[in-house]
Amino acid sequence: MTANTATQLSRRTFLSGSALVVAFSLSSRAFGQLAGGGEGSAGPAVVAPHLPGSLKSSPMLDSWIRIDADGKVTVFTGKVELGQGIRTALIQVAAEELDVPPTAIHLITADTVLTPDEGLTAGSHSMQDSGSAIRNAAANVRMLLVREAARTWNVEPAGIDTDGMGNLTGPEGRTLGYGPAASSLSLHVEAAADAPLRDPARYRTMGASLRRVDIPGKLTGEPAYLQDMRLPGMLHARMLRGPSFGTRFQSSDIAAISALPGVVKVVRQGNFLAVVAEREWTAITALRKFQDAPFVRTASPLPSGDVAATLKGLPSRDIGILDTRNATAPAASTVNARYSRPWLNHGSIGPSCAMAHFQDGAITVWTHSQGTFDVRRVVAELVGLPPEKVHAIHVEGSGCYGQNGADDVAADAALIAWDMPGRPIRLQWTREEEFGWEPLGPGMLTELEASLDTDKRIVTWKHEVWSNPHNNRPVGAGGVIAGGEVAKPFPVPEGKPIPMPEGDGSRNSNPLYDLPNMQVTYHFLKDMPLRVSALRSLGAHLNVFSIECMFDELARAGGVDPLELRLAHMKDERAREVMTTMAGRFGWQSRARGDGVRGCGMGFARYKNLGAYCAVAMEVEIDRETGRVRVRRAVAAVDSGQAVNPDGIRNQIEGGIIQSLSWTSREEMTFSPDRRTSFDWSAYPILRFEDMPDTIEVHVLDRPGLPFLGTAEAAQGPTAAAFANAVADATGLRLRDMPLSPERIKAALGAI
Amino acid sequence: MKRRAVLAALSAAAAAGVLGSLVFLAIAWQTEIPAMAPPKLADFDAATIHRGAALVAIGDCVVCHTAERGPAFAGGRALETPFGTLYATNITPDQRTGIGNWSAAAFRRAMRDGVSRDGEHLYPALPYEHFTRVTDADLDAIYAFLMTRGPVLQKTPENRLIPPLGFRPLLAGWKLLFLHEDPVLPVTGQSDEWNRGRYLVEGFGHCGGCHTPRNIAGGEERGKPFAGGIAEGWDAPPLNAANRTAHPWTVDAVYRYLRTGMDAEHGIANGPMGPVAHGLSGAPDDDVRSIAVYVASLLERDGPKAGSLPPVDREVEATREHPEGAALFAGACATCHGPGAPMMAQGRPSLSFVSALQADHPRNAVQAVVNGLPAAQAGRTALMPPFGDSLTSSQIGQITAYLRSRYSERQPWTALEDSVEEALNAKEQP
Amino acid sequence: MTIILNVNGAERRIDAEPATPLLYALRNDLGLNGAKYGCGLGQCGACTVQLDGKAVFSCLLPVAALEGRRITTVEGLGTLDKPGVLQQAFETEQAAQCGYCIAGMIMRAQALLDRNPSPTETDIRAHMQPNLCRCGTHMRILRAVRRAADMMSGKLAILESGQ
Repeated sequence: MTANTATQLSRRTFLSGSALVVAFSLSSRAFGQLAGGGEGSAGPAVVAPHLPGSLKSSPMLDSWIRIDADGKVTVFTGKVELGQGIRTALIQVAAEELDVPPTAIHLITADTVLTPDEGLTAGSHSMQDSGSAIRNAAANVRMLLVREAARTWNVEPAGIDTDGMGNLTGPEGRTLGYGPAASSLSLHVEAAADAPLRDPARYRTMGASLRRVDIPGKLTGEPAYLQDMRLPGMLHARMLRGPSFGTRFQSSDIAAISALPGVVKVVRQGNFLAVVAEREWTAITALRKFQDAPFVRTASPLPSGDVAATLKGLPSRDIGILDTRNATAPAASTVNARYSRPWLNHGSIGPSCAMAHFQDGAITVWTHSQGTFDVRRVVAELVGLPPEKVHAIHVEGSGCYGQNGADDVAADAALIAWDMPGRPIRLQWTREEEFGWEPLGPGMLTELEASLDTDKRIVTWKHEVWSNPHNNRPVGAGGVIAGGEVAKPFPVPEGKPIPMPEGDGSRNSNPLYDLPNMQVTYHFLKDMPLRVSALRSLGAHLNVFSIECMFDELARAGGVDPLELRLAHMKDERAREVMTTMAGRFGWQSRARGDGVRGCGMGFARYKNLGAYCAVAMEVEIDRETGRVRVRRAVAAVDSGQAVNPDGIRNQIEGGIIQSLSWTSREEMTFSPDRRTSFDWSAYPILRFEDMPDTIEVHVLDRPGLPFLGTAEAAQGPTAAAFANAVADATGLRLRDMPLSPERIKAALGAI
Repeated sequence: MKRRAVLAALSAAAAAGVLGSLVFLAIAWQTEIPAMAPPKLADFDAATIHRGAALVAIGDCVVCHTAERGPAFAGGRALETPFGTLYATNITPDQRTGIGNWSAAAFRRAMRDGVSRDGEHLYPALPYEHFTRVTDADLDAIYAFLMTRGPVLQKTPENRLIPPLGFRPLLAGWKLLFLHEDPVLPVTGQSDEWNRGRYLVEGFGHCGGCHTPRNIAGGEERGKPFAGGIAEGWDAPPLNAANRTAHPWTVDAVYRYLRTGMDAEHGIANGPMGPVAHGLSGAPDDDVRSIAVYVASLLERDGPKAGSLPPVDREVEATREHPEGAALFAGACATCHGPGAPMMAQGRPSLSFVSALQADHPRNAVQAVVNGLPAAQAGRTALMPPFGDSLTSSQIGQITAYLRSRYSERQPWTALEDSVEEALNAKEQP
Repeated sequence: MTIILNVNGAERRIDAEPATPLLYALRNDLGLNGAKYGCGLGQCGACTVQLDGKAVFSCLLPVAALEGRRITTVEGLGTLDKPGVLQQAFETEQAAQCGYCIAGMIMRAQALLDRNPSPTETDIRAHMQPNLCRCGTHMRILRAVRRAADMMSGKLAILESGQ
C-alpha cells in the first residue's frame, strides 16, 4: 500500500491538470449546503435524490469506478483517510459488490481533478455517503458486466455469476475477465437505484476484519503522511504569527530575518507573514528570532469568566428543537441540573502541514483537510484564481478529530507558493501554533429539568443548550486565518447553526427515549469570543453527557436501577439490544455497587439519532486522597448496521472511549485576556499510558445487509456520561462541569 | 531527611549501641500501648478532621507514605540505602496492616518519641525531631484525619537492613543524642502570620528535615538552622541570606513558588521539592501565605528588592568560553529556553532567573538537565524531557557550564564533572 | 559542517549546522520518515529513536552530539517485506489509527524490550508514559508490546520473514 501511496504522490504530481477522468463538469455544480459530512461544507448539489449516499450528487458510475482492459480496478472516493480506517473499509465495500479480491482494488481518495466531490469527511458520514455510493455503484458495474457477458455469450443474465477473482462465469464453464468485458462497456451511465446487491450470506470480504491496508507502511517508516512528502526543489516555510489567534508580534526586525543565511524570502501580504528557507532548521531559527519581541492583542480580549458566565453573556437566537406535550400523571420528584464543557483542543499529534506549488498559472495544494474541495474554493478566492486553476489533493495527515489547523495551513501554503512561483512550498505549523491558532471545540452549557411520577415514569423533560456554532468550516477565503490577514481582508462569515436532525450545538439534544413531554431549546450564540469549529461529535458530547447524567440523577431520585429506567423509556429495539448486550457483557446486574471508592456507570446514545447505537459502561476506582480515578474496565456495545470491518469499528470505539475519557476527565483550554495560555502539552495535558483503563472491551452487533451507520463519533457522549455516572456511583457526588479532574473530585470529596 | 539522613542516623545508632549503658537500656525499652477498636467517623468533629487534612497537606505525609502508583497513605515506598532498604509504613486505619488499632496516645507517642504502638523504636526517617514541636491539639487533628481515611489492607514489606542495624533498640541512642523537646513559642513583635508560619515550618512542615544541614551522626545541626542540606541527590538550598538567587525572594514569590510549584523569577520546584509544592497546592491558602511570610523573613538579604535586576544574558561571552555547549544549547535547549521560544512568552521562568544556575553548587542544575521534569500523571505542570539518556556526561557538563556562564555572573562551577557523574549514576540505579 | 552519523548500522555523511536536531537530519537529509515532528519540545515522543539502545527524543538532539553514537530508527527494525518483531506485533494487533505516533511508540518499546525482555504490565505503562497518542490506540499498543515480548521469548511464533 505504501508503495501505492508513493507512486500516487508522484503520479498525481505528474498528472496535475490533466483530464484523465473527467466524469463531471465543474461548472454545473452549485454549492449545496450540508450535502456530505453533515457540517457546513459547500458540498455538491443533489441531482439524483432517489439514489443512495453520494450517488445523489454524483450519479454517474465512472465517477466512482474504472476498470482497465487488463482488469485493474480503480475506485474513486471523495472521502479521505483520517486514521479511521475508511480506506480499508471502502476497498472492502467495493470488492464485495464488484466481487473481486480487495487486493485488486486501487482506491483514490479526494482529489479535485480525479474524484467526486463528497463534501467533508466528517460527521461519521463516510460509510453512509461514500460507502453506500460505492456499494451501489459497484453493484451497478457488476450488473452491467453480467449483462455484457450475457450479450457476448448470448445467454440469460440469470445464468451468469462472478467468481470473486474478477471473472464472469457462465454455462458450460465459460469465463470472461472483467477487463475484456469492461472494454466494450461504457461506465459513463447513471446508476440505477435497484442494482442487485450481493447476498450477505455469500459475502467474501464485507464483514471480515480485513487488516488495514495503510498500517504496514506506517510501521516501517514508508512515506505515509503529507508531512513525509518531498518534492524536487521544495522550500521550507514557517508562519510568522503571534502566540495565539488575535495577537501579533510588534516591531520584529523583518529585514534582519530576511538577511539570515539560508532564508530565501520573508513573504508578506498585508499582515500575513511567513519565512521561507532552503532548510527546515533555518526556517525554525528564523521563526524564533521573529518571536523574540513583545506581542499585542489585535482582537477583543478573551473572556475571563467561566463557561456559563461567558456563554450566557452572549446574545442568543433561540431555536426550538422539540416541543411535545402529552397528558401524564403529576410529577412526584423533579431534578434540575446544569452541565458544562470547557473549550477543547483537537490535539492532533502531528501539527498541521501543507504543500503548495504554483506553476504556469495554476496552484496545486496537497492538504490533509477534511474538505479537499473546500480547500480549492478557499485557495481560489484567496489568491484570485478561477477554481479550475486550483488543484487540491488530499494526502493523509495526523488524525484530526474535527477542524484543526488543516484548512488554515493549506491556505497559508498556497498563499506563500503564489508569492514564489516555481518552487514547491512545504509549510509546517508548530506545536504552539496549533494550540494557539486552531479553531477550538466550543465551550457549551446545558440546563435540564426532568421529573418522575410516582410510578417512576419520566413525565417532564426540559433541555436547554447554549453553544457557539460548531460548523465554521471554511468555504471561502474569509473562513481561514490568512483571509483575515491579507492586504484586502475577506470578511469572516457569520456563524450558522446546522439544522436538525444533524444539528451542531443541538446535536443529540433530542433524546431517543420515549418521553411524553419534551421541551428542547437551542440557544444559538453566533458571536464567538474564541475561534471555534467542529470537534468530533460536536454538541453530542455535552448533550449526551447531560441527558445520560440526568437519567442517572432521576434513577437515584426515584430509587430505580439506571439501566431499568432507560429500558423503561426506550422503544427502539436496536437501542434496547445495544444496552442489554452491553449490560450482559459488563455483568451489570452483579456489578460492584458504589462504596465510596468503587462504582459503576453507563451511558447510551444513538449518534445524531441517525448513526450508530453505542452503549458504554465502566467500573471506576477512586483514590479519595488524590481524586484520581482509575477506570478498571470499560465495556461497550455498538450497532453500526452492516459491519464492514468489525475490527475497524472496535478500533474506533476503543479510541473514542479513551479520547472522550481524556476530554471529560482532564482537558480544558486555558486563556488570559490577551492570549491562549494552553500552548503545549504541559499546559494542555491529555491522558497518558498510566491513566489508561485496565481493560476495554467492544462488542459489535452485526446487522447483515442493513444500511451502514456512522460510527466514528458514537462513543464520545456515552463515555463521558458513563464516567460521570460511575464517579457519582462511587462517591455519591454528582459532578456536572467538565473536566471531572482529580483536583475537582478531590475538592468535592473534601476531607470527610 | 531522606537518604543521607537515614544513613547518618543508622551510623549514629550503631555508634550509640556501642555505649551499651544502663541508661541507654532504660530508654531503649518502651512499653506497648494496648490496641483499641478503631474509632469511627462520629468520634471526631468535622472541624478537627478538616484541620488535620490541612496539616497533612502541609506535612506532606502522603509523599513518603505512598508507594509509587499505590493507594494513598498505605505505605510501601522504599527508601534505598547502602545499608539496606527501609519501607514507609501503612498509616491508613487498617487494623492488621495500618494504624487502625492505635489510640490517640499511641499516635502522639509515635510522632513525638518515635516509638510505635507496640513499643518498637521507629527509624528517624519519620522526622519526629520536628513533630515534638507540634501541639497536642494538632497531633489529635492529624490523628482524626488519618483515622477517618479508608482502611487499606497492605502489609508493609520488611525492612532489609544489614545486621545489626535492623536491631531497633539501637535507635534509642540516636534519640538520646538528637531528639530534643523544643517547643516553638510565639515571638512577640512578630505578626501572627509570621508566628503561624514559623510554627508550621519548624513543626509539622519539617522544612529543616531537608533545608538544615546534618552532622556526621545524621542529626540536624542545631547551630545552623536552614543553612541548606542535601536530599535525594538534590540541594535543598539555604533558607537564609546565603540563598543566591537572581531576584531576592519576596513573600509573594515564596507564596507563588510553594502554592503553584513555580515562580517566574526563581524557577520550578523539582526533585523532592516538587511533591512538597504539590502538597501545598491543596493546603489552606492562609497557611501557605503564613509559611511564605516566615520563609521570606529567613531569606531576607541586603541589596535591591524584587524586579529591580536586569536579566543576565552573556550570550557572546558564554559562546566564546563554551562553544560546544553553545551548539548543544542551540539544538537541545533553545527551542524552549532561548530568546523567542514560545514558552518564554507564556510566563515560564527565564534561565536568567532560574535559581539553580545561581547556586554555589551545580547539583540542581545538573539534576534538571539529566532528569528533566517528568510528565505528571495528573495536572497541568511544566514538563521537561530528561537529557541523561541522550547526551553524554561530557556534553551535559558542557551545556551546564555554558548555562552557568551565560545566565549568571558567578564563578564557574568546579564540582561540575562530579555532579554529572553522580546524577547519571543515580539515574542508572533508581 | 560535515557530520558522520551512524544510522541503522550505516555511516551516513550529512552537511548541516551543528545545532540541527537529529529529527530534521533524518527526515530531510537522509530521507527517513519514521521519526515524526510532533512538538519539537520533547513532550510527545513522536520523534523517538534509539540512541545507543536508549529511547530518546530526536527533536532535541543536536547532530553535533552524535558522532560515534549508534542511532536506530524504525526503518532499522524492519521493512515492509521483512518487518521486525515489534512491527509484526503492531500489525497483528492492528495497533494504529492515524498511526502518526506509532513509529515513536515502536522505538520506545524496542528500548524497553532490549533491556527487559519480559516486562510486566506496570513496567510497560510506565516506560511508555513519555509518548502521546491522540486517537486512543493505547490498549492496542500495550497488547502489541506484550505480544512482541512473547514473540521474543518464544511463547509466540515470529514470522519467518521477520528478524
